[in-house]
Amino acid sequence: MSQADADHQHHDEHVAHHFESAGQQVSSGKLGMWVFLATEILMFGGLFVLYAVYRHNNPETFEYGHLLLETKWGAINTLVLIASSFTMAWGVRTAQLNKRKATSVLLTLTLLGGLGFMCIKYIEYSGKFSHGTGPGKFFDVVAYEKYYNKHQADHAHDHDAKGEAHDEPAEPAPVLHGTTRAAAIAPAVNFHSDIADPAAGPAGLVKLDPPKPKGFHIPWVHDKPTPAQVVQSRNFVDIYFAMTGLHGIHVLVGMGLIGWILSRNMRGHFSSKNYMAVDLVGLYWHLVDLIWIFLFPLLYLIHT
Amino acid sequence: MTTTPTQPTAPTPTPRAPQPLPAEENAPINYLNETRGIWSWMTTLDHKRIGVMYLVGVIVSFFLGGVMAILLRTELFSAGPGVAKLIGDALGHDKWQDTYNQMFTLHGALMVFLFIIPGIPAAFGNFVLPIMLGAKDVAFPRLNLFSFYLWCGGAVFFIAAIALGGLDTGWTFYTPYSTDPASSTFGGVIPAVFGAFLLGFSSILTGVNFIASIHMLRPKVMGWFKMPLMLWALYSTAIIQILATPVLGITLLLLIAERAGDIGVFDPSKGGDPILYQHFFWFYSHPAVYIMILPAMGVVSEVISAMSRKHIFGYSFIAMSSLAIALLGFLVWGHHMFTSGQSDTLNAIFSFITFFIAVPSAIKVFNWLATMYKGAILLKSPMFYAMSFIWVFSIGGLTGLPLAAISTDIHLHDTYFVVAHFHYVMVGGTVFAFLAALHYWWPKMFGKHYDEKPSLVAWFFIFMGFNVTFFVQFIMGAHGMPRRYADWSVEAWKASQIGKGLDTSFIESKVQLFEVCHKISTIGSYGMLIGFLILSYVLVRSLMAGKPASRNPWGANTLEWHCSSPPPHENFATQPQPNDPYNYSGWTYEPTLEGYKACEPKEPEH
Ligand code: HEM
Ligand SMILES: [Cu+2]
Repeated sequence: MSQADADHQHHDEHVAHHFESAGQQVSSGKLGMWVFLATEILMFGGLFVLYAVYRHNNPETFEYGHLLLETKWGAINTLVLIASSFTMAWGVRTAQLNKRKATSVLLTLTLLGGLGFMCIKYIEYSGKFSHGTGPGKFFDVVAYEKYYNKHQADHAHDHDAKGEAHDEPAEPAPVLHGTTRAAAIAPAVNFHSDIADPAAGPAGLVKLDPPKPKGFHIPWVHDKPTPAQVVQSRNFVDIYFAMTGLHGIHVLVGMGLIGWILSRNMRGHFSSKNYMAVDLVGLYWHLVDLIWIFLFPLLYLIHT
Repeated sequence: MTTTPTQPTAPTPTPRAPQPLPAEENAPINYLNETRGIWSWMTTLDHKRIGVMYLVGVIVSFFLGGVMAILLRTELFSAGPGVAKLIGDALGHDKWQDTYNQMFTLHGALMVFLFIIPGIPAAFGNFVLPIMLGAKDVAFPRLNLFSFYLWCGGAVFFIAAIALGGLDTGWTFYTPYSTDPASSTFGGVIPAVFGAFLLGFSSILTGVNFIASIHMLRPKVMGWFKMPLMLWALYSTAIIQILATPVLGITLLLLIAERAGDIGVFDPSKGGDPILYQHFFWFYSHPAVYIMILPAMGVVSEVISAMSRKHIFGYSFIAMSSLAIALLGFLVWGHHMFTSGQSDTLNAIFSFITFFIAVPSAIKVFNWLATMYKGAILLKSPMFYAMSFIWVFSIGGLTGLPLAAISTDIHLHDTYFVVAHFHYVMVGGTVFAFLAALHYWWPKMFGKHYDEKPSLVAWFFIFMGFNVTFFVQFIMGAHGMPRRYADWSVEAWKASQIGKGLDTSFIESKVQLFEVCHKISTIGSYGMLIGFLILSYVLVRSLMAGKPASRNPWGANTLEWHCSSPPPHENFATQPQPNDPYNYSGWTYEPTLEGYKACEPKEPEH
């Protein structure tokens, strides 16, 4: 490091020794960042392909599975991230205009946006884990069934208290016996149509009809998939966690980077001549935002 | 053809670029000796030092992978248990076949992920790319150091994988075997897969750095079509690195999640799709074979032209075929999956496109040959390796065609024929080019000559040993010897799935053939080993007591030959003036230098 620092002395202190001009340095930084973003898109691209293949092969898994997610939280998070992208873009602009205080405020707001997003994700995740619909090892239909029955009972009680009529009487679902993983994975036995006969269906598990189309009704909080449906949603849950988990890691990295440029900004490292780092972190943050904008409809707004 | 290529000398040797020293002399302070101590290396941002550190790393990996290879060949020398049993007993394995599986997995994974992928681009690419551009460093020197440490991290995870019990999945980590701890029981799977993930990111960051450097640091007078071909090759490689590697990255993470966390993605018993894993894996790994071979082709283009003292033939064809390979390489991955049960339509399409990818490779081969035609060929070590490359790579490429044709592939898939094919392209191609690069740039990197004669002996053993080892594998593969089998005895065959229902005399006749081939192959591999031992001796001796090298021992004209050997910290004392990198008339042989000195260049004749 000291070597590079020594080199800085011969010319403009912001331009590293191997660049001829600040312009060349900035263009290089931007090009590098865009190329890196391309790799990020391809990395998520793998997951999007995974999603498409599974949804094509097992549509019912997705139709039931998405009922586990609460559109409310997803929608709020989408707004939070879009707002933070806005404050980020504004922060880049103020950095360019040499308004150091404004930049600090805007970067702090962006950071808070990221934090808000992660808090909401935490609420969602912890709910999933405690209701037995966590990924992989944390998928437990018996736990979900308990939760479901309690939920239905509470919900029926709510309605009665308000004196509302409800069309479907909330009956406790029939207890599922032997809902081990073997049953939970059954729908995927027909994963590869050349090998297994999809029409035969997995032994011992009756395929459920997909939920009836409900027009423009978006399930907010009260519709929960039945335990029998959840048994078939295991792969959806896994994919949901894989996609949002990788995205969440990116949000955390982005927050780290924003924190870093925020502290550099407060120490007066940036000026209208030298704000490349703010610009590059901004690009990264917008990508993280953009990926969420695809994840939200794909995971939360599935419709038949 | 002559071996002493003295050009008609121009009477007034005027250096073209003003230099603070006479053009022949080397600066006393260079990148190797300007600062001292291990710390100055570990924190260096100098692309040349980073390149040298990579070089040491990949050579160590090559050595470890080579030890595995020799053990494998020794095991296969005779039927029944051999060295694998000795090692397995020492490690407490239940079955010696498991030990064998571990050995070939480690061999493949070390060679592919730690040696061959970073080999040429990260070691030599890092060293020469900025110099060829006339630049002081790569665009992002800190990122460069960081990607070196990611490489080290990957290596540490591989060592951890060995320490935690090894793995037996093969370098392809096929699911569901690899994701089911009950079938692939060894503890090294997760660390090795994570190691490969880190190595992938190291490779991506190198690619980002190279793309930015070539776009941004190229001097104005050096247009795209005035770049040395090595830079085209590195540029095309970088495109593949940044576009294909992230898909491998996510696939490996999902594999870890499935094995460790029971997430259902690839294992059918968890609702996953194992064929999808193969698609993801080969979507990376087919382009990755071009990550291995394109830089090699870049090296060969430089060496062939410089050592033939003749302008490269068909510059733009060679440059564009690199790009064509990079792009077509993304469309053929399914040829690894003809027998996986994917649809016939896909098989037909993938087979069809695969045939096309042989075209740009062939274009290069013809252009190299045309470059050599009527050249004043300088028969020195780098040229021997480069010519070996052409020969061996052609065999490797041509044997790709029967594999690309579906009907023949059904017969050849998973046999030694495939093993021979990819060793011809990867060892014969990439390793020979790596050795060509090592000998070609050695005087530049370390400022020392090596002894030519013993070096040629080493070449002879490596080249002969290689062909003996792998040519017979085509034969036994075509006769049905399956790959990845620990044993080829008659009893093993009878007990195996394939052997059922075959009559004994048929099996015995095959086994007789396999016995001859395996024995020849093993003997060839020992020949290669001898060659590599001589080669190490030659290079170590050169480091200790080599004669100092002049700036331009080969009379080549890419910019790295315009700075001292070894180059100083920022490469050039004054900004060099790039001109046609393949016009050699500006250099004349000077016996006292054992190299070339600058003279007045002539205009190229075309
Ligand atoms: C010249 C055109 C080439 C063609 C047409 C070609 C074709 C093929 C085909 C069809 C296979 C699959 C065989 C099977 O598994 O049944 C294959 C395997 C392979 N090829 Fe090539 N190839 C070419 C060049 C290369 C190059 C340049 C490299 C590497 C530098 C390479 C490395 C490999 C490897 C590593 C495998 C085996 C992978 C494994 O199963 O472990 N190939 N090739
Ligand atoms: Cu391939």
